[in-house]
This record gives sequence, C-alpha cells and structure tokens, in this order.
Amino acid sequence: MFNYTFQWKQALARLPQMLDGALVTMQIAVLSMVIGILLAILLTMFRLSGIRVLSAVSKTWVEIARNTPALFQIYMAHFGLGSFGIHLSPFASILLGITFNNAGYLTENFRGALKAIPDTQARAARSLGFGQGGAFRYVVLPQMLRIAFLPMTNQMVWAILMTSLGVTVGMNTDLYGVTQGLNALTFRTFELFALAAVIFYLITKTITLGARLIATRLFRY
Amino acid sequence: MFDTALTAADFAFLARGAGMTIVVTLISVIAGTILGIVFGVFRYQVGPIWAAPLTFVLDVFRSIPLLIQLVLANAFLGTILRLNMSGFTVACIILSLYTAAFCAEIVRGGIEAVPMTTRRAARSLGMTWGQDMRSIVLPLATRVALPSWIGLALGVMKDSALVYIVQVTELLKSTQILITRLQEPLLLLMICGAFYFVISFPLARFGGYLEKRWSND
Repeated sequence: MFNYTFQWKQALARLPQMLDGALVTMQIAVLSMVIGILLAILLTMFRLSGIRVLSAVSKTWVEIARNTPALFQIYMAHFGLGSFGIHLSPFASILLGITFNNAGYLTENFRGALKAIPDTQARAARSLGFGQGGAFRYVVLPQMLRIAFLPMTNQMVWAILMTSLGVTVGMNTDLYGVTQGLNALTFRTFELFALAAVIFYLITKTITLGARLIATRLFRY
Repeated sequence: MFDTALTAADFAFLARGAGMTIVVTLISVIAGTILGIVFGVFRYQVGPIWAAPLTFVLDVFRSIPLLIQLVLANAFLGTILRLNMSGFTVACIILSLYTAAFCAEIVRGGIEAVPMTTRRAARSLGMTWGQDMRSIVLPLATRVALPSWIGLALGVMKDSALVYIVQVTELLKSTQILITRLQEPLLLLMICGAFYFVISFPLARFGGYLEKRWSND
C-alpha cells in the first residue's frame, strides 16, 4: 500500500519561504478586514439613512457579496474590471475581492447587532444632547461592535482562508501561492501542502483564541 | 456588448458546468448532513472529553482552506495510496466532510437549544432515548437548526466553485475556459454570477424568513 517515501526534510527546508508567504497572507487578511469593517459601517449607515438610493446600494452590495462565490468576486475584480480597462495586480484584485466579500457579510452582522440594541439607547443619547451623528458614533457604534465582535473574528478567519483563492488570479507571494510555486519545483505535493495546512491551522487557531482572550478583557461588565 | 461570439454550444457547455455544480453540491450536502447529524449527536452524547479527537478533526476541516484540503486529499489518495479515483469522487468526499464539520456544530447547537427539563419530562413519561430523540428533540432542534443549515447548504454550493483544482469542470471553471477562448470576461462572468445568485438568493431569503418566524420572541 505504501509505495511512497515521505520527504519531510525537503518541505521543512522551504519553511522560511512559506512563513514569508504566511506574512503576506496575514497582510491581505488584515488589510481586507480593516477596510471591510470601515466599509461595513458606512454601508450600515447607508441602510439606516432612509435615503432610498443609498439604502439600495447597501442592499445590493450585501446580497451580491453573500449570494455569489468568493472566487467569483475575485474573478470579477480581476477579469471583470479588466474589461473596463482597469488592470489590477494580483495583490490588488485579491484584496479588492476579499474586501468586497468582508464588507457584505459584516454589514449583515452589524445590522443584526443593531437590532439587539434597544432604540431607547439612541433616544437617551439624543436627549442628553448628542446629535444624530454623535449618538451613533459614541453610543450605538461601540455597543454594535461589541455584539458583532464574535462574527467579526469568524469573518477574519474566513478572510485568511479566502486568501488561498488568490492563486487563481496569479498571486504567487501568499502562503498558498508560495506553496504551489515550491510544488512546481519539487513535486512534493503532499508534504508541502500538509505543511501549509499546519501553518493555516495555527494562524486561524491563534486568531480565534486571541480574540476570545481579548473579548474577555474588553467586554467584562 | 451585444455582438457577442457566444454560441448555443457554449451555452450548453455552461449548462453542463452548472449541472456539475448542482450534482456535486447535492451529493455533498446530503452525505455531509447525514454524517454531520451522526457526529453532532455523538459529540453531544459522549461529552466534551471523549469527543475531543472528533472535535479536533472537525475543527481542522473548518480551519484549513478548502483548496488545500482538496489538493491534500488528491495527493494522498492519488500518489500515496495509489487509488485510481476520479477528481469527482475526491471532490465529493472532501466537500462532504467539509459540510459534515459545519453541520455537526449546527446539530449540536440545535440539540443544546432543547431545554433539559423538556427532555427529562419526556423520559419520565416513559419514553426511551430513541423516542425522546425522535419525537421531542428532532422537531424542536429542527426549528433552531434549519435556518443555519440552509445557510450551510448555500455556502457549500458557493464553495463547490473550488473543486476545479481536482479537475472537475463546474460552472466557474467552464466560465473561465470560455473566457480564455472568447475574451469576453464581463458577459460570461455576469451569466455565471447570475446563476449562483438566482439559486442562492431565494433560498437565503427563505432561510431568513424561517429564522424570523421560528424565533422565540
């Protein structure tokens, strides 16, 4: 059955290169998450604004992001925009694709979180003399982010897993891209990808555990 | 935009891809759900310590990119065990396990949402464990779990776009093949996206409706 010699040394020798790739993966994920959160806050405000055009933009964004594959969204950023003459680098396309996806999902999370905050909070803030913007910024937003913290960590994990799709648009510096490049050189497919899987697992575990730690520190009453 | 080189044959090609997407999704969701229910009930029943190995394995499936899972499974089954499996089989196996990993969580959450007192009442009425599971837990847990399960099934459909890596030509891959040939990325991607959207959107809406209707408040 086992007519195969594992050569872990060959894979381990490439570990530094793969860790560099992991760094790029983290970069993409963190950037897409930060921009995604800001966009999602903006989209949530659009949704609440009561202006029909803005609300429609927000709704369309959310539905497209949630109802099409992430890979499709990345293709759209790379090949779709390409047909308008906007040629993005692989890094930019993957970043754009994941950010679009993140913003859509996070807006939905934020909307759910907003429902959990009683209207009285905003009204109390208004009666204390906050303006419309101030009430949202200082009273509603912090509570919303607190409730949405767990979904946000989930989305962060998804963002990391989604970076592996960058390879389809020619990304070769992230963890998956580096692994595939090394695979083309050495043909140790199983060993290399198993190592990549371990790295991915450790990254996602660190994030979920770290987030849980931060959550207990930040959100104790 | 309207003088396109897209022919009827190309449409048939896309339709075959869409069919493949649906077939892979259906097989994986059905197999994954059955497995997920078994895993979920097992995890709940034996407690966190004895279920730890299973929990760990399921956690791995949720923390590693699907693309890597597919490549690893393909390499393991193909070059190490030297089984002559088609890419389709590998894709279905991995997607089923992937579905099961998420479904087990949903099932466990559903079971935990059934109040312990209700179950004790059922047992003290003389119901066996099986009767309790079937007539008390199943209907109550379904209410909690079904909306998330719909979300999961749609997620698997969207993630099935990644099985191209094991040489399964599903919708997105066939779209890409046509893009390479026709050089009309926008139109083709629109068609492809519309297909996913048309399936996913109504079902997601239905899930949201159920969630709203079945929630306790």
